[in-house]
Amino acid sequence: MAFVNLKKKEVQVKVVYYGPGRGGKTTNLEYIYKRFNKRIKTEMVTIKTHGDRTLFFDFLPFDIGKIKGYDVKIQLYTVPGQVKYDSTRRLVLRGVDAIVFVADSMKVRREKNILALKNLQKNLLSYKKSIFKIPLVLQYNKRDLADQGIPVLPFEILEKDLNSQLKAPSFEASAMSGENVVQTMKQIISMTMRSLQRDLK
Amino acid sequence: MEYSLGQEELDVIEEVLQEDLLDLGVNCVFLIDMAGNVIANLDNGQMEHDIYSLAALAAGNFGAVSEMAKIIGEDEFSLLFHKGEKESIHFSKVMADFLLVTIFGKETSLGFLRLKVAEAVGKIKKALEP
Repeated sequence: MAFVNLKKKEVQVKVVYYGPGRGGKTTNLEYIYKRFNKRIKTEMVTIKTHGDRTLFFDFLPFDIGKIKGYDVKIQLYTVPGQVKYDSTRRLVLRGVDAIVFVADSMKVRREKNILALKNLQKNLLSYKKSIFKIPLVLQYNKRDLADQGIPVLPFEILEKDLNSQLKAPSFEASAMSGENVVQTMKQIISMTMRSLQRDLK
Repeated sequence: MEYSLGQEELDVIEEVLQEDLLDLGVNCVFLIDMAGNVIANLDNGQMEHDIYSLAALAAGNFGAVSEMAKIIGEDEFSLLFHKGEKESIHFSKVMADFLLVTIFGKETSLGFLRLKVAEAVGKIKKALEP
């Protein structure tokens, strides 16, 4: 739930990167942090295991400037993707305003993507939020792996598996190289702001 | 999907934080919501903490501790406090959706702080209630 501070004329918005384990959620945030490090005044916060897997979440605050006279602070979070961390994943979703679903394009991860999306729907429902109503962008990550001969699902199959009902904007991306990472973020921010703007006076 | 607080409510909250806690000698105090948003923050002018990261971590930490309480059959734990060598940090829930976080040094006693926090929480509740 975004917070509007009418005194300071500031809006804080929570965007969560969700998806299966090892799908590239943290890599998305790391790329954004690297790319915009002049505008991001603080360190990126990560809580991870010794094996470098996200244990709780990553956090990156990002000032995007003024909209209708309000300073807008976007708070980017990731969740831990591993199945066993469902309770911590649910905690991170508390008060979420928008979702980027990072799917893994590798053929062997097809099932995992579908399960993670269902898990997202279930966890949003626990906060009485509908996956069909919340601003949502799909990112099909790891497209670059095809060049290395690793079997990758075609765009159409990913769309059919994940987006046939949601009909959300979707991007083919590579979080490693940065391809479409910023576009994904811009898309989710603009969708979130559109839903917010109606209420900002 | 969002909620807002106006000048009047925020003025009251900041006044409470100033008079009940900062004037007592705490170093830094901030009110956040459980999503990790910062509602109000005040410090003694000598702190340079990254409040937004602290808020995200405090909200996550509080959520995790509440889940632990549930698992062992408690509604919640009444004292949430981390003691450091120079600085300590104290958390207090304010209604269902807010958290008051206080950072204080050795010169402030925990008992007195808890008393003042409880007073402040009562006043903030009044300001936040519809």
